[in-house]
Amino acid sequence: MPEPTANLIACPDCDLLQRDVQVQPGGVLRCRRCGAVLYRRTIASVDRTLALCLAAALLFALANFFPLVELKAQGQSTATTLFQAVHKLYDERGMFSVAGLVFLTTMLLPALELALMLYILAPLRLGRAPGQLRLALRLAELVRPWGMVEVFMLGVLVSLAKLAHLATVVPGVALWSFAVLIPVMAGVAAVFNPREIWEFVPWRGAGVRT
Amino acid sequence: MNAAAEAARQFGAARVGLLSCHACGLVSRAGGTRGALACPRCGEHLHRRKPNSVARAWAFLIAAAILYLPANLLPVMHTRSLFGAQSDTIMSGVVFLWTSGSWPLAVLVFFASVTVPLLKLIALAVLLISVQRRSRLLPLERTRVYRMVEFIGRWSMLDIYVITILVALVHMQGLMEIAAGAGAVAFGAVVVLTILAAEAFDPRLIWDPLEEEHDRNAA
Repeated sequence: MPEPTANLIACPDCDLLQRDVQVQPGGVLRCRRCGAVLYRRTIASVDRTLALCLAAALLFALANFFPLVELKAQGQSTATTLFQAVHKLYDERGMFSVAGLVFLTTMLLPALELALMLYILAPLRLGRAPGQLRLALRLAELVRPWGMVEVFMLGVLVSLAKLAHLATVVPGVALWSFAVLIPVMAGVAAVFNPREIWEFVPWRGAGVRT
Repeated sequence: MNAAAEAARQFGAARVGLLSCHACGLVSRAGGTRGALACPRCGEHLHRRKPNSVARAWAFLIAAAILYLPANLLPVMHTRSLFGAQSDTIMSGVVFLWTSGSWPLAVLVFFASVTVPLLKLIALAVLLISVQRRSRLLPLERTRVYRMVEFIGRWSMLDIYVITILVALVHMQGLMEIAAGAGAVAFGAVVVLTILAAEAFDPRLIWDPLEEEHDRNAA
């Protein structure tokens, strides 16, 4: 079994070994050699991340259950929710892979990430570690890069601009929810300090604690 | 002094026999044991560098480069309206935005859908070749290029989402109908494959030749 060391950080981008100098609360520790962010020491990280995740979960639910946009032209009107849009694409010949990609990146994986974050943070807030903390942290980290709600939001805006000259476009509740969700998700990324949460993970090794 | 000399005065973890866990960040002493090592805190496999990083990155990258052609040549969207049928590629969609007067959007879509995927392919190929040649040039700049590639890759999904929304909204009987084209499948695959290629690449490989040079000089 490898032996753990105390107070050392290796930069994930350039492997430079450095001492974990205690940065002041609110500060950022950057790699001395390549400038990569090693971690952010957020004040009240658990509280603030949890609050933002709860807000994000609520907004995400709104964004999924209400229509994104309504299109009116020549007395006809069509509206779509995110899921209906995915479903419509799925029904097209040969498009199940693209529909699957959209479903994963805008619905399933962002939902999974929020669920995992709540699973991790809510018990910690109440003073105990969740049972599967190690697995949940690892999974959240794997899922995070594949949630692309902010790109989706921009995509909706571009398509509205494309349609604006041939029909009346009415933004729906979901679009406004997405618009608020994006800064909230950015906030989650800015205040979450996984390094702090890993401290709560029970050690797997032979009980060597440093 | 140049970056090479600067870097040589510092130690990478692997050079002094330490391994950092890619999951939890804990730095452990590898010890004399050979074979599979597990992080004492979280149990993840410990590796000096991402296993087969260069080969896996090349595989994803070559697949992406091949699919880049159909992604740009095949239509991503078919429009049927009172005025006839029309097929659009990624590029003709950009041209349509430009000619219809929304040039800021045209620039945005051109950047996200054409420039970014192409730059990613070129940048990752340059990084991989430089690592294989054990180049010691501009390590800091190459690391920054890698971080840029990682950060910017997701924005290429833009066109996929535009197609999804247009297909869902525009189906008015007799007036206009929009369907997705085969190019969209290839385009989506390019975006996913380049993200996977960036993830497979290990930027620490950029710094290894500099540290080895220092070891040779010291010996």
